[in-house]
Amino acid sequence: MSDSASLPAAAPSVATFSFDRLRRPAEAVLVPLGALLAAMVLFGAFVWVLGKDPIEVYKLIYKGAFSSAFAWQNTLQRAAPLVLTALCVALPAQVGLIVIGGEGALVLGGLAAAVVGHAMSGAGPHTIQICMAIAAMIAGGAWIALAGALRHYRGVNETISSLLLSYIAIALFNHFVEGPLRDPASLNKPSTMPIGEATMVGTIPGTDVHWGLVYGVMFCIVAFILVRYTVQGFAMRIVGGNVRAAKLAGLPVGLLILASCGLGGAAAGLAGMAEVAAVHGSANASLIAGYGYAGILVSFIARHNPLAILPVAVLLGGIAASGGLLQRRLDLPDATVLLLQGIAFMVILASETLYGRARIFQPKGG
Amino acid sequence: MLIPPPPPPSETALAIECLGMTKRFGSFTALDDVTIKVEAGAFHALLGENGAGKSTLVKCLVGYYRPDAGQITVDGRERDIRSPQDAHAIGIGMVYQHFTLVPSMSVAENLVMARNDVPMRIDWRTERERLAAFMETVPFRIPLDAPVTSLAAGEKQKVEILKQLYLKRRFMILDEPTSVLTPQEADEVLGMLRGLAQRKEVSVLIITHKFREVMAFADRVSVLRRGKLTGEGRVADLTPAAMAEMMIGTREPASGELQRKAGRAPGSVRLALEACKVHDDAGLPAVEALSLSVREGEIVGIAGVSGNGQRELVEALIGQRELVAGSVKISGEPFRATRAEIRRHRVFSLPEEPLRNACVGMLSVSDNMGLRNFDRPPQATWPWLKRGRLRAQARRLIAEFKVKTPGAEAPIRNLSGGNVQRAVLARELSGDVSVLIVANPVFGLDFAAVAEIHARILAAREAGAAVLLVSEDLDELLELSDRVVVMFDGRIVHETDIDSADVGVIGRAMAGHSGADAAAA
Repeated sequence: MSDSASLPAAAPSVATFSFDRLRRPAEAVLVPLGALLAAMVLFGAFVWVLGKDPIEVYKLIYKGAFSSAFAWQNTLQRAAPLVLTALCVALPAQVGLIVIGGEGALVLGGLAAAVVGHAMSGAGPHTIQICMAIAAMIAGGAWIALAGALRHYRGVNETISSLLLSYIAIALFNHFVEGPLRDPASLNKPSTMPIGEATMVGTIPGTDVHWGLVYGVMFCIVAFILVRYTVQGFAMRIVGGNVRAAKLAGLPVGLLILASCGLGGAAAGLAGMAEVAAVHGSANASLIAGYGYAGILVSFIARHNPLAILPVAVLLGGIAASGGLLQRRLDLPDATVLLLQGIAFMVILASETLYGRARIFQPKGG
Repeated sequence: MLIPPPPPPSETALAIECLGMTKRFGSFTALDDVTIKVEAGAFHALLGENGAGKSTLVKCLVGYYRPDAGQITVDGRERDIRSPQDAHAIGIGMVYQHFTLVPSMSVAENLVMARNDVPMRIDWRTERERLAAFMETVPFRIPLDAPVTSLAAGEKQKVEILKQLYLKRRFMILDEPTSVLTPQEADEVLGMLRGLAQRKEVSVLIITHKFREVMAFADRVSVLRRGKLTGEGRVADLTPAAMAEMMIGTREPASGELQRKAGRAPGSVRLALEACKVHDDAGLPAVEALSLSVREGEIVGIAGVSGNGQRELVEALIGQRELVAGSVKISGEPFRATRAEIRRHRVFSLPEEPLRNACVGMLSVSDNMGLRNFDRPPQATWPWLKRGRLRAQARRLIAEFKVKTPGAEAPIRNLSGGNVQRAVLARELSGDVSVLIVANPVFGLDFAAVAEIHARILAAREAGAAVLLVSEDLDELLELSDRVVVMFDGRIVHETDIDSADVGVIGRAMAGHSGADAAAA
């Protein structure tokens, strides 16, 4: 086999840079961008039917989202939880699971954080914050890992089970917040006992944006490195690509599924902790704000790439931030931006079928 | 010259003749100059191993394929069948192995729905009267209002046949119609079909693996092997042994296999299966109490008609399916196909359908070639994966095994079937192999690729590997194996050394005739 005479005259494999290497990444960027553009055209047609000028609408969205430091801060605040809940979709997606129950992991994470934060009052604020984060990640991680376990060991569809588990989580959350854990002082808005002003996570210096955004950015970077550069991440992608091949290779399929679901749930749980520790000061119904569901959209647009989640979350955060401006200036309903999100989601899902179709994105040689 | 108008659909059985039918797929000839004559009212069986060309032939008859050469005559008249619609208009119908009924609808609804001329609004009263009148003409009773889900498998298959009669099909092709039936149901369905044929209501062309059914019901048989007609005749003049010989060839085993004889004598037992039991996807036993051992430097071939538990057995051995009972040992140690065990015992495999079983289609050739060793130095320094090393390994293997790919970074699913198999071969056989599990390694490949893959498997054996080779191609098994066992119904029913292998006995064992029958025949 080492008979070199029989080898074809293989081109010397010197690692020269070529545009060929960029074809596939270009596809991964251009297809979703094109889909977003198509969604904007569709949404433009919709507002045009309503008698508004689409160009004006997009100008306002830009203005409300990115035109000033104030707009940017509003956008980033809204993006912060989306980054983490999107990871709750993107990480299980590496092993081939479509998990849409991030909302449940988020509220349980918030509840766990609030309980721990109150119980530890008196300790140093950093100690409390770290314990709150750990508790939140364990709660959220366990919840999504449960959906992964149901899938792997019992064959239950994880998309359905994670959604239903999410309803259960919200019911549990409401039960505890309105019942056993209710702060008697919270009269018209049932909440848990406050964690205390001193324990609150502050804002990033010089801005109104809380530290939750930084947690999200860090989590994304770690997830990206895990998926892209480590042995474990590669094993996850083998499981996600073809379970039969993964089993042939002897990989611990169940463990990898549980781990990726657990990590994803931990991210969503951390989002809940940030909401409690940086925004609300206690766990209450404000946590159930649909961040978990918006995260699904973010992850799909980002094609489950942890790094791509960051710009996409900012984009969607911006769209959400501009909702108020659209309402005030053009008299469009507040939900109009949700429509834009919905259209974007449908078009992005439809564009999945375009990958690998265009010749220009196929590398020519190795 | 005037072209005569096509005759109206016949009311009685059709006679169909295929003359010199040839069908090629690329360089592969699936059907080579096959001539078959089915007379009106005949019950004609078409025998052959998987891939012999039976399905290709009938697909030409029902218009799914256009033959490259040859003609079809119906009742002595040449007819051009361009599409399934043409075939239906002539009166040719097909019944498949699996049911094509809508389970939630009633028998009557299924029948009416199958018609081409269903009106927008169905007048159920008239339809029902017509159906009742139709049912008077057929020799069996099926409750018309029963939902199809409530019927047993045998009854469903009868409804499929009923549907063909209702659609006025006068030539019925059945593709392994009894594979989902119990023997009793099969006898009932086939008996009914034979009755119809004897009354000249239909002609029947039936594809089957089962000699028992051929002997009991068919009056003529044609046998295909590797796309060629290898035998035909009246069933009354033939024995199962003679048909098995036509089906699998008369090749003298192990004559002048020089490369084999050059090998050393097999050593100690490397792979041992002890009373293994494996279930299929439906949770039913597929492999039962199977014991088998493979020694180092030995190739043990498992023969058998597909669907007798070979696939499940292989899946259990390579870690894709759970072992329900029994044990697998390698060099005396228990083996459960974990990554550590696979590595320690140097177990490799070439499963069938490599893209489905051994590759991740969306990942690159380079990633796929690293499936076995991506977590070991030099491909990794824990926990970091070194993509450059993976690519270098892939480039080396691509050159060494002559894999045709646009590059190491191309997704492996873009490669042709033969090159996917080469890529897997490169991954599995480039190192030191101690145990090799192989299943139908050359299915659908051209002759050059077949020769190379066979040479590589033999080379692994020469290097001392214990090889378990599962194949539906008996020639392949006889060419490569040192020992052949036959699986039937999840069990090993016959075992022989290659030197004393008797193709007739093996063929009968594959067809489910026990050792006693074989001795008597």
